[in-house]
Amino acid sequence: MKMKKILTVAAIAVFIAGTLYLLQCLVVPKYMGDVVEGNFMAEYYDSGKDHDVIFIGDCEVYENFSPQVLWDQYGINSYIRGSAQQLVSQSYYVLEDTLKYEKPDVVVFSVLAVPYNEPPKESYNRMTLDGMRWSRTKIDAILTSMTEDEQFLDYIFPLLRYHSRITELTADDFTYLFHRDPVSHNGYYMRVDARPAENIPEGRPLPDYSIDAAQMDWLEKIRLLCEENDVELVLIKAPSLYPYWYDQWEEQIADYAEKHHLLYINLLALRDEAGLDYQTDTYDGGLHLNLAGAEKLSRYFGAILQEKCGLADRRNEAPLSIFWEDQAAWYAKDRKMQEEEIAKEGR
Amino acid sequence: MSITSYGFLLFAGVLLLLYYIVPRRFQWCLLLIASYVFYAFSGVRYLGYILATTLCTYGASRIMGRLKDRQETFLKENKAILDREDRKFYKASVKKRQKRWLTAALLFNFGILAVIKYGNFVIGNVGALFGVPGDDLFFRLVLPLGISFYTFQTTGYLIDLYRGDYEPEKNFFRFSLFVSFFPQLIQGPISRFGALKDELYGKHAFDRRQVAFGLQRMLYGFFKKMVIADRIMTGLSTISGDPTVYTGAYAFAGMIFYAIDLYMDFSGGIDIVIGFSQALGIRLPENFRQPYFAVSLKDYWHRWHITLCDWFKDYVFYPISTSPRLLGLSKKLKAAGHGGLARRITVYTGNLTVWTLTGVWHGAAWNFIIWGLLNGCFLLLSQEMEPLYRRFYARFPALKENKPWKAFRILRTFLFVSLLCMFDYYSGAAAAGQAMASMVTQFNPAVLVDGSLLEIGLTAWDYGILLLSLILVFIVSLLKERGLSVRERIAARPLPVRVLVWYGLFLIVLLFGAYGIGYDASQFIYNQF
Amino acid sequence: MDTLLEILNDLHPDVDFETCDTLIDDEILDSFDIVSLIAEISNEFDVTISAGDIIPDNFNSAQALWALIERLEDGE
Repeated sequence: MKMKKILTVAAIAVFIAGTLYLLQCLVVPKYMGDVVEGNFMAEYYDSGKDHDVIFIGDCEVYENFSPQVLWDQYGINSYIRGSAQQLVSQSYYVLEDTLKYEKPDVVVFSVLAVPYNEPPKESYNRMTLDGMRWSRTKIDAILTSMTEDEQFLDYIFPLLRYHSRITELTADDFTYLFHRDPVSHNGYYMRVDARPAENIPEGRPLPDYSIDAAQMDWLEKIRLLCEENDVELVLIKAPSLYPYWYDQWEEQIADYAEKHHLLYINLLALRDEAGLDYQTDTYDGGLHLNLAGAEKLSRYFGAILQEKCGLADRRNEAPLSIFWEDQAAWYAKDRKMQEEEIAKEGR
Repeated sequence: MSITSYGFLLFAGVLLLLYYIVPRRFQWCLLLIASYVFYAFSGVRYLGYILATTLCTYGASRIMGRLKDRQETFLKENKAILDREDRKFYKASVKKRQKRWLTAALLFNFGILAVIKYGNFVIGNVGALFGVPGDDLFFRLVLPLGISFYTFQTTGYLIDLYRGDYEPEKNFFRFSLFVSFFPQLIQGPISRFGALKDELYGKHAFDRRQVAFGLQRMLYGFFKKMVIADRIMTGLSTISGDPTVYTGAYAFAGMIFYAIDLYMDFSGGIDIVIGFSQALGIRLPENFRQPYFAVSLKDYWHRWHITLCDWFKDYVFYPISTSPRLLGLSKKLKAAGHGGLARRITVYTGNLTVWTLTGVWHGAAWNFIIWGLLNGCFLLLSQEMEPLYRRFYARFPALKENKPWKAFRILRTFLFVSLLCMFDYYSGAAAAGQAMASMVTQFNPAVLVDGSLLEIGLTAWDYGILLLSLILVFIVSLLKERGLSVRERIAARPLPVRVLVWYGLFLIVLLFGAYGIGYDASQFIYNQF
Repeated sequence: MDTLLEILNDLHPDVDFETCDTLIDDEILDSFDIVSLIAEISNEFDVTISAGDIIPDNFNSAQALWALIERLEDGE
């Protein structure tokens, strides 16, 4: 009799937990349509985690560098852990998270977010944080990033946050109930289309160019974390024409790098050397590079990495070669699909 | 802390757990601490207000109690030498002194309420009288949480003491709990000490059924408030936001929506309060009895916000209409041959005073006063028509038990009450009047069906969810109206059925509740009264 | 007592006040009735029923009301 009761309660508990889990899977955004950035963070955990280089940062890393090219040209095994509007604090936690799984030789951090200092936005927070695996790091990241309207509980149970999507479900929500298709190429977001850069506005004068001390603190924390883990930190400014990169910002970042003997490369200043043509190499008028641009930049930057950081060519490692061969196939396929779509829509 | 926030749920959950862990004689202490912690969440600086009222009421009550004790000792000791007249005289003099303390305490408590709730209203109107824009003179004070509720509860306590209904509470901390008991502090119900004291200070053993019933009632309250009231809110603010655009049938739809919203929000909140108290083993008075099933305005006011109506009846209506002065006047009028006037003067004076005050209680603005007075006038009107009704039913006795006739009366009452509520719905009396007038002058019923209602911020999904939810509430109300306890009936079912029912309701709230980001966290309509 | 019953019958001709003992509980007398009643009683009996005396126990039946009047006449 008592056994029966225990079984009943257990069955009810399983039923409740099961239905809640199912509903949660159903209502969370799938990020498989136009906005795929929400899946970047989670994709990392399926990767080989034996990378030489890890990129950390916002769209200025995940849209501007192609790990495929870095491999094909230099035998560098890299991964981009980027996410939309990744805050500097989040970059720190993403790095901390990554270091739990592997110790790369080099971490490349894009510095735009340090002076730019955008206020956190809920939707970007979710895209960066939801994909992270649960750990102390994720909890810290959430608590640091939350806007005033957000609740920690909503991260533990995304069902609470997304419940109202129950009336807006689409076919995708059922197709991708339990899985996602890959959307990035080792963290790189491929875009084949092109829209030339025209009339890039000059930066508006700012009342104050000094970088917020709290922002610099996060950068410092990133640096110390790399130091502790014996990882070389490389700072870059990506060659995006906008948001405007002020000379005053450049100076402060360069000073910081010099003070701590870090390699800092302003790729915006080196855009001509890299061979970038903003008529053909950007897909949104100079904000982000398209595939052609990213490949040029990767060829240029890969050479620097190899030279300055002494990275070995690993193309002779069989398992890696096989992996990258597979990647290349899907890289080509993605490219072809996009080209066909462009041809069809006549863009 | 909003009553529908995670914070509240966490707070309530922890409190419930501790409540049944601590020794039972400390349960009330825990409640007192919890109440003050809860109050501090709404702003530490407001603690001063509730403390002032508590202290003042406690002081006055102890003095009044001591006067009475002394009187009793005196009468007992001097029993032999005092004759009846002496005793009467002595008692009257004590009563007089008690009354002085009562008056002082009432003035103090209502004074606080009056200054912070009505100060600006008075300044604005006096200013307008002299042609000065009042805005310059306004002072900025935010209403402390629940001030109208605890002020009414404490003043009721003092008046009951004066009337000798019970002994004053001697323990200051126990008394503080009576004033601040947190779930009911937010929006009532307004309790009387005589009924509440044993509940509050008693020892409550864990009773699974009571706790389950309490939590179930809370869930139902969340359903009413979050799935219905908060959802309909978007459409409501669109319509009332622009009364010149949303006229005619829009105004009518707004009127119905508002009546639904008001009831679901307020009674849902009360369900949460009473439900949580029940889980603590504390029984609070009911505040609603299916008000929209009322067959007349009078009936409605016996079913809506019952504890407030009782408060006004006991402490305002009766004292005024049975005051010696008014009774004397009535007597004189009768002697002078004005029998009708003599009969009416008491009721009319009491009634109109009560309804002016009820209007003012709801808000410091003219539209509330108009709303109150209209209620009072129509109640008197229907009283005057009583003989007519009686003759009507004498002529058509079959109608008394006729169901369609009853349904008609219910619908009529609902529409009438909703109409009056428009004074509360719109931002001012003028806007409300404008909207009402447009319902007569503008004939555009097509907007109700041609999809225009999908443009006011509510989607087809919203309407579907609202409709099904309202049907559910309607059925539950119908069962309650017939005297059936829905929770008891469900409790009698086998476990899987019970789980399905309550888990189902939980899922509905979880999925269809209007909460979290993407929704304006709408505070309780009755929160800061 | 007869005078009291007369007053009550004037108020509600359709109620049997001699037997009914749930005048308040069944909402036969509402607050308007009670106030009218008190005015009439103060006219006829020269006693004042104060607001504090208005509790269901005193008004549920004609007998109870009569007892209240007698108590008040007694001056206790």
